[in-house]
Amino acid sequence: MASENQELKWIGTSPVRPDGTDKVTGRAKFGADLMLPGMLTGKILRSPHAHAKIKSIDTSKAEALPGVKAVVSAADIAEMPSEWVPAGELQLNYRDLASNIMARGKALYDGHAVAAVAATSAAIADAALDLIAVDYEVLPHVIDVEEAMAPDAPVLHEDMFTEGVTPTPDKPSNIFKEIDIGIGDVETGFAAADLIVERSFKTAPVHQGYIEPHAAVASFAEDGQAELWCSTQGHFTARAYCAKLLGMDVSDLRVTASEIGGGFGGKTTVYVEPVALLLSRKAGRPVRVVMTRDEVFRASGPTSGAANWVKIGVTNDGKIVAGEAVLKYQAGAFPGSPVQPGCMCAFAPYDIENVKVKGYDVVTNRPKVAAYRAPGAPIAEHAVESVLDEVAKKLGMDPIELRQKNAAREGTNAAYGPKFGPIGYAETLAAAKAHPHYSAPLGPNQGRGVASGFWFNVGGDSCATMNVSEDGTLVLATGSPDIGGSRASMAIMAAETLGIDVADVRPIVADTASLGYTFLTGGSRVTFATGMAVIEASKQIAEELRQRAAKIWDISVDAVVWEDGYAKPAGANAGDFEPLSIGDIAAQAGKTGGPISANAALNAQGAGPGFGTHICDVEVDPETGRVTVLRYTAIQDCGKAIHKAYVEGQIQGGAAQGIGWALNEEYIYDEKGRLDNPGFLDYRIPVASDLPMIEAVIVEVANPTHPYGVRGVGEVPIIPPMATVANAIEGAIGVRMTELPMSPPKVLAALDNGR
Amino acid sequence: MPGRPEIMARIILTSGLGNQYAGGQTELEIEAADVRRLIAALDERFPGIGPELKREMAVAIDGQIYQDPFLERIEPDSEVYFLPRIGGG
Repeated sequence: MASENQELKWIGTSPVRPDGTDKVTGRAKFGADLMLPGMLTGKILRSPHAHAKIKSIDTSKAEALPGVKAVVSAADIAEMPSEWVPAGELQLNYRDLASNIMARGKALYDGHAVAAVAATSAAIADAALDLIAVDYEVLPHVIDVEEAMAPDAPVLHEDMFTEGVTPTPDKPSNIFKEIDIGIGDVETGFAAADLIVERSFKTAPVHQGYIEPHAAVASFAEDGQAELWCSTQGHFTARAYCAKLLGMDVSDLRVTASEIGGGFGGKTTVYVEPVALLLSRKAGRPVRVVMTRDEVFRASGPTSGAANWVKIGVTNDGKIVAGEAVLKYQAGAFPGSPVQPGCMCAFAPYDIENVKVKGYDVVTNRPKVAAYRAPGAPIAEHAVESVLDEVAKKLGMDPIELRQKNAAREGTNAAYGPKFGPIGYAETLAAAKAHPHYSAPLGPNQGRGVASGFWFNVGGDSCATMNVSEDGTLVLATGSPDIGGSRASMAIMAAETLGIDVADVRPIVADTASLGYTFLTGGSRVTFATGMAVIEASKQIAEELRQRAAKIWDISVDAVVWEDGYAKPAGANAGDFEPLSIGDIAAQAGKTGGPISANAALNAQGAGPGFGTHICDVEVDPETGRVTVLRYTAIQDCGKAIHKAYVEGQIQGGAAQGIGWALNEEYIYDEKGRLDNPGFLDYRIPVASDLPMIEAVIVEVANPTHPYGVRGVGEVPIIPPMATVANAIEGAIGVRMTELPMSPPKVLAALDNGR
Repeated sequence: MPGRPEIMARIILTSGLGNQYAGGQTELEIEAADVRRLIAALDERFPGIGPELKREMAVAIDGQIYQDPFLERIEPDSEVYFLPRIGGG
C-alpha cells in the first residue's frame, strides 16, 4: 500500500473527472430533473412584507380549486421547542427552522413562506396561490444591522433577550448574543505601540450565487415511509432536519442527493425539502418543489452583512503588539450568524500577544443567513487585512514583510486560544513575495494589493463502503455530496492506497439508506474526513485481498504482501507464485469466502488549518469609477492536492466569488423592505469576461494527521479577495475604501472626495 | 522520598463560559484523564457548565482540535482549550 512517504502515482495528478461526461452532455440529474408517476407541482406563497403580523390565513378557496391536491401552512408543522443542533458552521434551532420553513404568527422578511400548494399543474398551483387570503398587519421593519441594534428599533422577536451579558436584560432586543474572545491585555499592548491605526468598515450581505436553485421531490408512501431527492450539501443532515420537522423516525426517510449545481454553504440547510414532504404526505402523491431565482434571492440565506471596527497597534519595526475588533453581523430573521467564527478568525493569521474581539449576532428583517465558504471569516479578515495594509504604508514597510514579521507559525498560540501545529502561512507569504506577479511593473491608475486569509478546516463523521466487483473493478460509495470534485479525489486516494488504476474505481454518492451517517459537505472537510474513511476502507480491502491470495496459494497470510495492485509472495521462502491482481482474486471470491467488501466509519479529528495569500492588480477608471481586475494570483497551503485541477478550480472559484463580493454584489431593498434586485441581471456576480485568468499556486505543507497530508481547500480562497482588491484600489487611487461593494458609484465618490 | 511534582492540566474556558459559570475565571488547573472526566470535574466545580460543554464546545488538547470530544486523553501537563465547534460552508 502507498503512504505519504512513498512515491505517489495518482495523488497530485488530474485524471478525467468521473462525473464530467454526464455534466457536459446534460445527462446529469440535478434536483429538478426527477419525474415520478403522478407527480404534483408544489409552489410556495411568500410574504410581500418585510415584517408583518399574520392575523389569519384562509386557504378554503385554494383547496376548492379543481386540480389542487394539498395546501399547507405553519399549522401543518408541529410547534418545536427551542433546541440547538450543529448545522454547518451554525448552530441550528429547530423552532426557528420550522418558523423559517413556514412563517408562524409573523412574517419576518420579504419572501418568507406563509403557505404552499400542490396541484396537478404549475398553472393551477399558481392560481391556487392567488386564492389564498392572508390578512397581514404590517409592522415597522429594520434592514441595517446597526439600526437593528438601536434601542428604539422594531423588535423581531419579543422573547429574545441578549445572551452573553450579565445580568440578562429584561427588555427584548434584536441582539441575540454578545461574544467576547481575547488573550493578553490590549490596553497594555496599545500602550507599547508606536503606531495605532483604526478604521470602521461595512460589508454587504452576499448570496452564494449557486446556479442551480433549491429543488426537491418528495414521495410519501401509505405506511408513513418517504423518499426525498434534493439538491443538498448534506442528505444525512437534510434527513435529520426533515424527519424532525415532520415527526418521522429518521430511518423512515430515505434521502438521495442529486447532482448539485453549486452550494458554497447555502445548501447546508433545508427550505423546500420539508415543504415537498408535507405536501406529499397530505396529497398522497409525489410532489416536486423548485425555487425560482426570485425565490432563491428573497428566501434563501445569504451570508451576513456587517459593520466592523478594527484597531491595530505596532512598534516602529513592524511588530504587532495589540489587535482589537468589534464585529456586528446580521443573522437575518432568526439568530445564528457566523460571528463566532468571525471573532475567532479575525486575527488568527498573526502571532499577537494581546487580542480582544467583541461580536454581536443581530437579527434583521432579511432572509436567515446560511453558511457561505469559510462562514464569518471573510467579513472579519477583510477589516483586519485592510488595516494591516494601512499600517504597512504608514510604516513604509512592504505589506508582505509586515505579515511575515508577524505570521503565526507552528507553536504560535492562535488568537482564539490553542497552539497551532504545523501550518503553512509563512510558506504562502514566501511564495507570494517570490512570485513574478509581485514585482511586475504597474501602469497609470493601477494598483497592487495583497492580503491573507485563515480558516480552521474541519473533520467529522464520514463513512465509505467499497465493493469489489466480479471483474476486479471497484465501486466506492461515500455519503458526501460532490460539490467540488470529491468523487474524483476519493477515487484517487483509493487507487493510490490500493496501487491500482484510478479508472478501475467508480465513485458514487450513496443515499441515506445505503451507508452510515455522514456529515454534510462543507468546512473543507470532505477530502480530509471522508478521504480518511476511503483510505481506511481501501486498507481493509487490501488486507482482505492478501487473505484471499493466501487461500488461493495455500500459504500463510504472513507470506503474502499487497504491492502495486497485486498480491505477491512476501519473499523467496513464500513460494513461487505469479502475482494476483484484484481481478484474479475477485474471480475466485466465491471459493475463498464470498464477495469482497469493506466498510469504514469514523469521526475524523485533526483537521489542519489552511492559509492563503492573494495578489491582485487593478486599474481604476477615474471617469467612471469602474475597477478592472488586471491580474490575480491566489496562493494557498492545501496540505496535499489530491486532484490538482480540482484544487486549482476551488481556489479560482473562491477568488472569483470574493472579487464579486468586493466589487459588485449587494442586496438592494426599497423603503418598504422589499428586495429590488432578486435576479442575476441586477445582482451582479462576476462572469468569465469580467475576470482575468486567476493563477492558483498550490503550497503543500502536509497535515500530519492525514495519511497523505490533506488539509482542505474550499474555504480559504474566498477570504483574502475583499481586502486584496481594496488594498489594490487604495494603491491605484490613494483612497481607502471602507464599504463593500466597491462599486463604481462608491469609487467615484471616493475619488471625488479624495481629490 | 520526594514524590513526583504534581502537575495538572491547564484548562482554558471561553470568557463567555467563565463569566456565566465560573465567576469570571477562565484559567484553572484540573487533573483528569480524559475529556469526559474533565467535563465531569468542571461540572462539579461549576454546576451547570457540563451540559453546555457537551452540547456546544470542541476542545483543543495541546493544539489538536477535537470537534466532538469525549474519550480523548489528557496528559498531566496538557493545555486544554474549550472553544466553539466550527463547521463551514
